[in-house]
Amino acid sequence: MSNPRTLLDKIWDAHVVVAEAGCPAVLHIDLHLIHEVTSPQAFAELDRRAMGVRRPDLTLATMDHSTPTAPQGRMHPDSMRQLVRLEANCERHGIELHRSGDPGNGIVHVIAPERRRVRPGMTVVCGDSHTSTHGAFAALAFGIGTSEVAHVLAMQCLLQHKPQSMEVVFQGRPGPAVTAKDLALAMIGQITPQGGTGAVIEYRGECVEALGMEARMTLCNMSIEAGARAGLVAADKVTAAWFHHSGDFRHWRSDPGARFDRIAQVNVDGLAPQVTWGNQPGMVAAVDGRVPQPTDATEARALAYMGLRAGVALRDIAIGHVFIGSCTNARITDLRAAASLLRGRRVAPGVRVLVVPGSQAVKRQAEAEGLDRVFFDAGAQWRQPGCSMCIAMNGDVVPPGEFCVSTSNRNFEGRQGPGARTLLASPLTAAASAIAGRVADPRQFAPVMIEELPHAM
Amino acid sequence: MRCEAIVSRCVCMPAANIDTDQIIPARFLRGVDCHGLGEHLFDGLRRRRDGTPDPYFPLNRADARGARILVAGRNFGCGSSREHAVWALMDWGIRAVIAPTFADIFRANALKKGLLPVALAEADWIRLLQSAEASQPVRVDLNAETVHVAGHPAMAFAVDPFARRCLLEGMDELGYLLGHLSAIEAFEQGRP
Ligand code: SF4
Repeated sequence: MSNPRTLLDKIWDAHVVVAEAGCPAVLHIDLHLIHEVTSPQAFAELDRRAMGVRRPDLTLATMDHSTPTAPQGRMHPDSMRQLVRLEANCERHGIELHRSGDPGNGIVHVIAPERRRVRPGMTVVCGDSHTSTHGAFAALAFGIGTSEVAHVLAMQCLLQHKPQSMEVVFQGRPGPAVTAKDLALAMIGQITPQGGTGAVIEYRGECVEALGMEARMTLCNMSIEAGARAGLVAADKVTAAWFHHSGDFRHWRSDPGARFDRIAQVNVDGLAPQVTWGNQPGMVAAVDGRVPQPTDATEARALAYMGLRAGVALRDIAIGHVFIGSCTNARITDLRAAASLLRGRRVAPGVRVLVVPGSQAVKRQAEAEGLDRVFFDAGAQWRQPGCSMCIAMNGDVVPPGEFCVSTSNRNFEGRQGPGARTLLASPLTAAASAIAGRVADPRQFAPVMIEELPHAM
Repeated sequence: MRCEAIVSRCVCMPAANIDTDQIIPARFLRGVDCHGLGEHLFDGLRRRRDGTPDPYFPLNRADARGARILVAGRNFGCGSSREHAVWALMDWGIRAVIAPTFADIFRANALKKGLLPVALAEADWIRLLQSAEASQPVRVDLNAETVHVAGHPAMAFAVDPFARRCLLEGMDELGYLLGHLSAIEAFEQGRP
């Protein structure tokens, strides 16, 4: 009987093509996702070397980062050039591309799972750090730089050292209205934005097992904000149900007794919904809490950028914008969660609310369920899919100095536009805040009954 | 790309967690090549609200011109995978970043392009920062994997041996992968 192996060990072992002493392993890649922003220079490198794309059949392209979400949205001419370039590159190399507006289009990390292209045991890469999303399917999925994009295009392989394995165990039972986003933010708060550096995190614990696939994607998506290369959740019956699959994915889990290189415990017992107050995702507090005293220069600087003082109640922060979207929280369950609070209510006067579905398929589904009406009637804007205000490349920006409660993944300085002040939260907290016009606790609204909340066990 | 020893004054930005959105904001990622990003390096930090350069920002100070080494705080380069962060630093003239720790993707991207990520032990980093802030020149030697500054013993760092070989011998990673083409073909044959 061989030694017990972690899920990471199993996926790694199944993909090593060559491992020479003193060199990184040659790791085979099962799925390569590309988008307009980080691929043009990689294709140019292939051209320079007169090389083709080795496995167009294992490559999937979309346009998402800079595409307009408003009906008459105009594009920056340089962004337009990136789209034209992507289209030409895909055409030339025979790569499946979902153009802006096409029925299969959407954010790269939303469409790949939706098209059932990500399966347990696979290796998945993309020139995008939130590739970690796909770990929800027990796939080893991580972001790479443009040089590596060129390597994968050319060889379908990467040179990689094996990352460390890290077990993160969620302990306890979270409180009401707590979602996977809150679990992720609490985790980053506890293990810090570099707590996962050099490692692939496998998320474990009863409340992880209770999450649906979409919630698992939200959790794995945020792994990179803890510094980790990737996140993983073992395959189980929830995974099998996603594939309408009666088969057995049980191989794709860590063996009992498997040893992890690192271990962290995250206490989520009685956890409240979480909101960030600074410019790192780990600067986080309970929604009914206060801005903490800064403990170092970095935190003091963050407060200065945010225009916040220690001791201020988060619920006293008046907001001008709410963004419900991104590869973290723009799948159908996220939109249902937001709509459950906005139904029959109105957005506070003066607050701009953008609801940006993660893909055309999500948009169609939401419209079939009448969610677009719910958002519209509440006074929110219902947009075309794309990255939108998560990265603010397409003209959807937060003006300098203004606060935005955002369901995206990064509250970095300037992420939502120069000087923008981002407060990361779940779709429930974002919807509650939209109604209140300030940071608001979703628990103050009518009972929320939504599938896939971790406490609904 | 050969990587010789680097001797230079330093630009010091000791804050922790400088993310790639700060190094090169997303609005400058609209290009289809890797050039010309240096003028937008740290754009959000280099300018004041009205768009004029902030004379106190380390990169804007007169003595920063020509500096080839950046001394930064822990977890440098966290966030997005954008290789543009490396291109922007190199385009501005930076050849090595010295920090206590680096984010994984940034470090990998940097090594691919010949920007040296030099991780020093915390105590050494503090000593180096003091010397660097006093405008003393610093020497980064990849061959010996040491950092030198006058008045202190050499400080050791380690770079992944394979990446080091690539940098010192000009070995090409894509070329190395190509050398394994038949193994890759055989591997793919055996897959469903
Ligand atoms: S939604 Fe945001 S984090 Fe996700 S892929 Fe787009 S820009 Fe990146």
